[in-house]
Amino acid sequence: MITKTAPIRSDKKPFEILTREDYSPVTYMLEVHHPQMARAAQPGQFVIVMSHATGERIPLTIADFDREKGTITLVIQAVGKTTMEMQQSCQVGTVLYGIAGPMGIPSHVSSAKKVVCVGGGLGVAPVYPQARAQKENGAYVIGVLGFRNKDLVFWEDKFRAICDELIICTDDGSAGIKGFVTDGIKQAIAKHPDIDEVVAIGPPVMMKASAQATRAAGIKTMVSLNPIMVDGTGMCGGCRVKVGESVKFACVDGPDFDGHQVDFDDLMVRLKRYKEEERVATERWSESCRMNGSPMATAA
Amino acid sequence: MAKKRTVRTIHQERTPVRELDPLIRARNFEEVNCGYTELEAIRESERCLFCPDPKCIAGCPVSVNIPDFIQKLGERDYRGAYDVITATNLLPAVCGRVCPQENQCEGVCTVGETLVSVAIGRMERFIGDLAITNGWINKPYIQPSRSTNGAPFKIGIVGSGPSGMACAADMAKAGCDVTVFEAFHEAGGVLRYGIPDFRLPNTVVDAEIEKLKQLGVKFECNVLVGRLFTIEQMIEEEGFHAVFIGTGAGYPTMLGIPGDSLNGVLSANELLTRCNLMRARDFPNVDTPLPLGKHVVVVGAGNTAMDALRVSKRLGAESVTCVYRRSKTECPARAEEVHHAEQEGIEFHWLSNPVEILSDGDGSVRAIRCIRMELGAPDDSGRRRPVPVPGSEFEIETDEVVYAIGTNANPIIGQTSKLKLNKRGYIETDNKLMTSIAGVFAGGDIVTGAATVIEAMGAGRKAARGMKAYLGIRDVGPIHRGATGDGRATSLFGIDAREHNFTRVRVAQ
Repeated sequence: MITKTAPIRSDKKPFEILTREDYSPVTYMLEVHHPQMARAAQPGQFVIVMSHATGERIPLTIADFDREKGTITLVIQAVGKTTMEMQQSCQVGTVLYGIAGPMGIPSHVSSAKKVVCVGGGLGVAPVYPQARAQKENGAYVIGVLGFRNKDLVFWEDKFRAICDELIICTDDGSAGIKGFVTDGIKQAIAKHPDIDEVVAIGPPVMMKASAQATRAAGIKTMVSLNPIMVDGTGMCGGCRVKVGESVKFACVDGPDFDGHQVDFDDLMVRLKRYKEEERVATERWSESCRMNGSPMATAA
Repeated sequence: MAKKRTVRTIHQERTPVRELDPLIRARNFEEVNCGYTELEAIRESERCLFCPDPKCIAGCPVSVNIPDFIQKLGERDYRGAYDVITATNLLPAVCGRVCPQENQCEGVCTVGETLVSVAIGRMERFIGDLAITNGWINKPYIQPSRSTNGAPFKIGIVGSGPSGMACAADMAKAGCDVTVFEAFHEAGGVLRYGIPDFRLPNTVVDAEIEKLKQLGVKFECNVLVGRLFTIEQMIEEEGFHAVFIGTGAGYPTMLGIPGDSLNGVLSANELLTRCNLMRARDFPNVDTPLPLGKHVVVVGAGNTAMDALRVSKRLGAESVTCVYRRSKTECPARAEEVHHAEQEGIEFHWLSNPVEILSDGDGSVRAIRCIRMELGAPDDSGRRRPVPVPGSEFEIETDEVVYAIGTNANPIIGQTSKLKLNKRGYIETDNKLMTSIAGVFAGGDIVTGAATVIEAMGAGRKAARGMKAYLGIRDVGPIHRGATGDGRATSLFGIDAREHNFTRVRVAQ
């Protein structure tokens, strides 16, 4: 894992990338200079990022913020054209074209005494500030982190520092216990009958499974949704989700919702809306990368 | 004027305006209405009767001195005409294009009682465009205004749409240090994301924003006020002496019928934002996608609906259909837009109301089921209430349904401040548009609910007057309004040139 950090200068540009760290061939972390946002950010909020003038506006959950340094941290997975392109272009010293936020209603840090914070894959990053806030609030924090294998594990140290217990789960058992986060959740529930709340962030299928895992025990389960959106300010309605009987906009009514109320199947269908366009864009981009003689090598 | 004009002596026919051929333009985003040429504008100016009691001025939400500018236009004093318009209307090139003139100035025009009314909007646009072409910028004498510490008053404007732009201009002219905050990455608000290029080219919006910058107004994009900092913080911590909130009513309404959440059902806001602001029509050369529906149905018949219909057509849809529960008479869109849409081959299903969106079994839209309506007794709005005809349901095959049925208040400012809201979430103000927090003003759609560009501008200007009164800045506009026009620029941006105590202020280049 290589960390690149910009030399300390006083004349930082707006939205400048100060630090970059690659956690895996597809996962990378950017620390972005934005003192005003670092002051305002709360756990659970997200930003909309545009990497260049003809780019997309993509929502990314704020994985961490440092009020002293004046930075916010984003952890990004290269899954589509924009995020793969950013993996190449977003180097230390470059600037993002736009970053707006913090958006969404901050997570409610409840008075829960014992909390399980569940992160699956990339969801490990955004659950971190929530876990830290719960710890600062005096709760007993159990971390459950799920990865496909041990090469993809990141932020274990960060979590160890703030969690009273940490359960790592990998699909192949190469690190921690073998199994999904739901196995970790079950393990935590079995050991602690007095869990007040579960916070689960990750892919929709993982949040759905987490909510099911806690339903029987009746443990309040909050999930953070990341549907397709354009503006992030309540204007397009693209991010609408079914929560219980009502329709909510994840950008301004969320992104946190009661996991037992969310219609995950509807969410997953809606996330496929631009699948075909995404495929076209990705193929076209990979093609142009090959033409330029620079295949997606930077990730390796 | 040699001889008094009468309805009998003027040109009987309204001067037609050239338009792009419907078949060609329905495949591109070029502006449809080509605008008047000089000769056409002058010919049309000869149709104005210069009524002693000009109803058109009263019909204009910002009371543009219409006969005065038409007279100057007729005298080929175009710069003079521009000065008359910009005394009250900041954005002639925009308003000439997007105002619903038939319900405003042209709707009450005396000529219109007998013939077709004078084409005020087209002439306004002619002048506005001429100003842009020639780079006319009124760099006015800016009123000196100073806060107690000697520095200019610091004014924050939240939202860069029409109301924010109007308020910003007036406060800059009053010598204030004005910053406009915009959550998107480009300024302009609805003029940018909402109204498509074929109705309002981006270059026009750019030009109008450039004029504001020339007045010294600063624009900060990517700033979501409320979340990045709150309204209260602006006043208490950031040193703003006054704040104007013009965040609009952008929260789209969904129909609330079965099938609402299917893929292929989207709000007109989403369609237009993707197409206009994000330029998704150039996908994959830009990254924002916008899947093309083959058969698009748009629900609603306001201006936004017309934009959505015509954008869909231009994006290459084979059929584009409008579904509206009332009849054409009640449809709220500008007459010109409906006319253009019809020319471009948009189908209209008047008196039809959607009851269900049908799925293709895979999460996408297959068809929309509607029911026929008939008009019953008038409702609160004075329009006849549509009532369903039992057993008249029918289906339209479609793969994309766009909702353009209105919007609600944007919730962010309400969520993040203690401002008093009404029960529908709009900001409550007094008659000077000041909110429940002293020094914080609001106007436009976030106060009134969805309305028009010109009404929002009017609200922005009204708030600016309230703001000036609140800050103790002498407001010369209302006092000298209507001073006799003995030459151009007697009243630049509402400031009387004969005021003696002006200080020449350097404005931003």
